[in-house]
Amino acid sequence: MIARLVLNGRAREVEVRPNQTLLEMLRDTLGVFDVKEGCDEGVCGVCTVLLDGRPASSCLVLAAALRGRAVTTLRGIERDGGLHPLQEAFVRHGAVQCGFCTPGMLLTVLALLEREPRPDRPAIRAALEGNLCRCTGYAKIVDAVEAYVRAEGGRDG
Amino acid sequence: MADAVSTREALRVVGHPVARHDARDKVVAATAYAADWALPGMLHAAVLRSPYPSARIVKLETARAAAMPGVAVVLTAKDVPRNTVSTDVPGQTTAVGPLRATLHVLAEERVRHQGEPVALVAADTLELAQAAVDAIDVEYETTPGVFTPEAALAPGAPPVHPTGNLLAQWRVARGDVTRALAGAAVVVEGEYTTQLVDAAYLEPESGVAWIDSDGVITIRLSTQVIEHFRDVAEVLQVPQNRVRVIGTYLGGGFGGKEDVTVEAYLGLLALKTGRPVKMVWTRQESLLARAKRHPYRLRYRTGAAATGEIVAQQIELLADAGAYAYLSALVLLYSTVTAAGPYRVAAVAVDARVAYTNNPPTSAMRGFGAMQTVFAYESQLDRVARRLGMDPVEIRRVNALRRGDTLPVGQVIETHVALPELAERAWAALGPPAPSRAPHVKVGRGLACNFQPYGRIVWLHDWASAWVGFEMDGSLVVRCGCPDVGGGQAASLCQIAAEVLGVGLERISVHVSDSALTPLAGTTTASRQLYMSGNAVLKTARELRAQLLTVAASLLRAGVDDLDLEQERVVARDGRTLPLPDLLRECARAGVPRSHLGVYHAPAGEPVDLAKGSGKVFPDYTFGAHAAEVEVDTETGVVRVLGYAAAHDVGRAINPQSVEGQIQGGAVQGLGYGLMEEVVVENGINLTTSFSTYLIPTAADVPDVAAIVVESGEGLGPFNARGIGEPPIGPPAAAIANAIEDATGARLTRLPITAERVARALGLLTEGA
Ligand code: FES
Ligand code: FES
Repeated sequence: MIARLVLNGRAREVEVRPNQTLLEMLRDTLGVFDVKEGCDEGVCGVCTVLLDGRPASSCLVLAAALRGRAVTTLRGIERDGGLHPLQEAFVRHGAVQCGFCTPGMLLTVLALLEREPRPDRPAIRAALEGNLCRCTGYAKIVDAVEAYVRAEGGRDG
Repeated sequence: MADAVSTREALRVVGHPVARHDARDKVVAATAYAADWALPGMLHAAVLRSPYPSARIVKLETARAAAMPGVAVVLTAKDVPRNTVSTDVPGQTTAVGPLRATLHVLAEERVRHQGEPVALVAADTLELAQAAVDAIDVEYETTPGVFTPEAALAPGAPPVHPTGNLLAQWRVARGDVTRALAGAAVVVEGEYTTQLVDAAYLEPESGVAWIDSDGVITIRLSTQVIEHFRDVAEVLQVPQNRVRVIGTYLGGGFGGKEDVTVEAYLGLLALKTGRPVKMVWTRQESLLARAKRHPYRLRYRTGAAATGEIVAQQIELLADAGAYAYLSALVLLYSTVTAAGPYRVAAVAVDARVAYTNNPPTSAMRGFGAMQTVFAYESQLDRVARRLGMDPVEIRRVNALRRGDTLPVGQVIETHVALPELAERAWAALGPPAPSRAPHVKVGRGLACNFQPYGRIVWLHDWASAWVGFEMDGSLVVRCGCPDVGGGQAASLCQIAAEVLGVGLERISVHVSDSALTPLAGTTTASRQLYMSGNAVLKTARELRAQLLTVAASLLRAGVDDLDLEQERVVARDGRTLPLPDLLRECARAGVPRSHLGVYHAPAGEPVDLAKGSGKVFPDYTFGAHAAEVEVDTETGVVRVLGYAAAHDVGRAINPQSVEGQIQGGAVQGLGYGLMEEVVVENGINLTTSFSTYLIPTAADVPDVAAIVVESGEGLGPFNARGIGEPPIGPPAAAIANAIEDATGARLTRLPITAERVARALGLLTEGA
């Protein structure tokens, strides 16, 4: 079967098995390793991608059912070839330990900020509920998002 | 011993919250974890696992599976050159006879726990490998098993191993406990139960192996211990120098990647097929059969004087090792040493046992046996305080160990104990009490302290080595076989080298975790890496600095002591400078090496007879105090943590941001242990093999943890740091239990403290309801 999608801005057609998930297609067929696998059942969030801008667990999406939808992985969010300021904030605020949850976290936060540009701490925590982190205890991830929101707010005026 | 502390002002890089180089790689997903790796012609491996906890294998035929198209090989125990590996447990007491603990790479004749590996398959794709696993013709005949340590130790219990079900026993006997209890003003008795939990790192066990062009069997995997290359060589019966382990940056370890995971299987499959092989365990496999944290039953009788001083502790510990020994005897030793808590107690008796059962095996996990005991000794202390009407901070101040005190096992505490300050600061950090939201919602507070050894047992003679060298352009290379589990291990080594050698962090490349190419530095376990590898890099960098400055001194005709290294220059006290590349060229001319290999040896000692209290067991300890505020809904039993503060004396924070991260992350894992996590096993069958049934804390489940970093300037690590990897996971369960009693008057003694258990304790549910 052929899966059609727009991957990080580029239209792709990929030969897949009928039962192959988007996660398997990305990692095993295309070698897109910026999407991680942690549970394969939609709970941990490390396989998060943006599907038409909304976070989705790629282990739950059938590749063949994409029908031209836009799939964004972490590599798709760089700004002008440099780090996205949210990525900078994660580094600066110690939001990264083992880093296995980080790609999914970043994508979930970006989608949150699209919907709600000024979330407070409880709103940030609620949005991250589907992205497990076993290392940080979450506080520094929330710190990073908060700092980013403050800085971007300043920039927008 | 570590060197004297220099003042904070004098430090340029150490002590500053610098961003970690690995974090930069991780936010752009440039880090290639073990599973993010593929080689041409690579096979995919899968494992056949036992569905039964106790059975004989009566038939195991692989011909049909092996003949399937695309299947490269199917292996069973008879194909393993050496299938039985003995697990070395140094210092085992003679009380239970010499330990003959063994592990099987693949099951032989019997399976002893559900999920035990029975056969291996490698095939062109993972689907084919799984299909071949299903096609293996295997039949079992179930045999009676034992599923609790009590049952395992009962007379006539079916033996899990021919050596019997008592795996290890440790005892401590100090003073006359019976007499001290008889003379105590209050005696509190308690029985506590802790549960089986999983490390639950988000990256499952994974790796890729291949035979490299030099013929060396090379295994790239997620491991805390690259030195398992020796075990793999033993299994394969090849010389140790024909196996190389490359450790990746880990997606979390927490002790769960301390024992051998995929490496022996990968080595076997690569050797048998001559092709690259990948093995990635599914979450289900990981939760089903990976070694976990020991469940304990802890019985305490605690006697105290009217002043609050603890005068006696009578303690009985019983732990479940599951089906194989792994590190159980050592885990139990940690429990035994820490059983009476970080307090002065004149009379202590400990009887600790660990038994084999047909449950999933248990082994290392963050806290390593010094964790289960905290729940018991801090619950007991809190109950004593309540009986005496004492403040929780005050009773800890009265009893806290001090420098010069002797632990019940005979070890003298040689460094400062900041416990009273830690308790005060954690307690105060909770701030003004939260109001209750409704009459049936009760708010309460609890405190819990702990101490956790860092560094390995002194009679293991621990050491770590490192190589530090300059390139001709003045950039620096650090090599150290120190697996980075995500705690910033590699980045800390860079900070230490940068401090000593005056090089910017961005000018350092660090190579960690390759058994062939990085000098060996031991395991990333036991909160030892900063202490051991940190000291190795510090010592090596200092020796290199001295070597280079000697050359600079003759060039500049100055005394070595008048020279410093700063921003890739030699700077003399009189203001003259010499660019580092010029110095390095001069070293090359003069035949002085631009690099250095150094070794750090930890203070060592002889094995201790715990029962006689004969001496030092661990190099040193890290102390902590946590305070929690909870609200309890007395109609439903639901507990919510409103506020949490965790204070630890880390000696010196090499990177304060990383230290805070360890404290916050460890505390939240501890809250998971206290409130929600449990691997549920019924008659040896694991009922929680997915993340939808094995629940760990989400961002919405826990509050911000306020990390309080205290720097006493006393520790055995570089710049007087203490280990902080494990300590923060210890106190949360007890802090929560103490807060719940404060709120409701109900004492919870079984973990995890679920809403149902709280409701039962509040009398909302009747037994069996
Ligand atoms: S791998 Fe998809 S949610 Fe865990
Ligand atoms: S940083 Fe390790 S899981 Fe989040």
